[in-house]
Amino acid sequence: MKHELNPENWVDLYSDYLFNYTISRVNESEIAKDLVQETFLAGLGALKNFKGEAHERTWLIAILKRKIIDYYRKINSNKGKAEVRIQFNSGDDNEGEWLETNVADPFDKTAEDEFENQELGAAIYSCLAKLNTKQAEAFKMKTILGMETEDICNDLNITTSNFWVLIHRARTAMAECLEKHWF
Amino acid sequence: MKKGFLFISCEEAKHICDKAQYGEATIWEKFELKLRLSWCHITRSYAKKNQKLSEVLKKSNLKGMSLKDRESLKLTIQQELKKQH
Repeated sequence: MKHELNPENWVDLYSDYLFNYTISRVNESEIAKDLVQETFLAGLGALKNFKGEAHERTWLIAILKRKIIDYYRKINSNKGKAEVRIQFNSGDDNEGEWLETNVADPFDKTAEDEFENQELGAAIYSCLAKLNTKQAEAFKMKTILGMETEDICNDLNITTSNFWVLIHRARTAMAECLEKHWF
Repeated sequence: MKKGFLFISCEEAKHICDKAQYGEATIWEKFELKLRLSWCHITRSYAKKNQKLSEVLKKSNLKGMSLKDRESLKLTIQQELKKQH
């Protein structure tokens, strides 16, 4: 099956997922936002190269990973330096040659935790995508962004009781969806 | 004593249960909810699922972008797409 790209929907479908992926790696919200934006722009620049073999989210994640590595290379911070391992090559022909091997995993997590959290994050975002826009927005603002109820009501232009109705419907749908796909 | 003084409907109980997940239920509401939970299995079942959902969401430690940031990002993408066409 050939996959297609729909850049018009990228922000709605993937911005939170990509942001969440990035923030756990760079720990700074502003940098994470910039990297997500750079990823989308790089994706737009590479639309013609997309062969349709991967799902667009997988394709965007691959771009984002490169962006994160580039970011660490660029800042060349102490943390960045510590992540580059230098290996002495003992081969006769290359005596004295120092090689940068690879950028180590910069995240202090086990691979298992990382994998489980990524899978869980993907399941949650996939369930969120099934909610209607207003329910999803209210749920995200309250549960993921941790915003105050009053601020959410102002931003979405709804009353407090409407807000709790949206939250109730969203939570019920999320629990059902995650029950099928995660619990 | 009015019936509604201590007795809350199942829907009201679920509503309080939702608020409690975000620490926004009052002490009185929590008391009413507890009372309802003591005898209503439907409310108990909802509360259990709701609690489980909160635990999973907490475990996932999800972060997201604000509505404003996403709107701004959308605009940037639209402008870039226009340039390409």
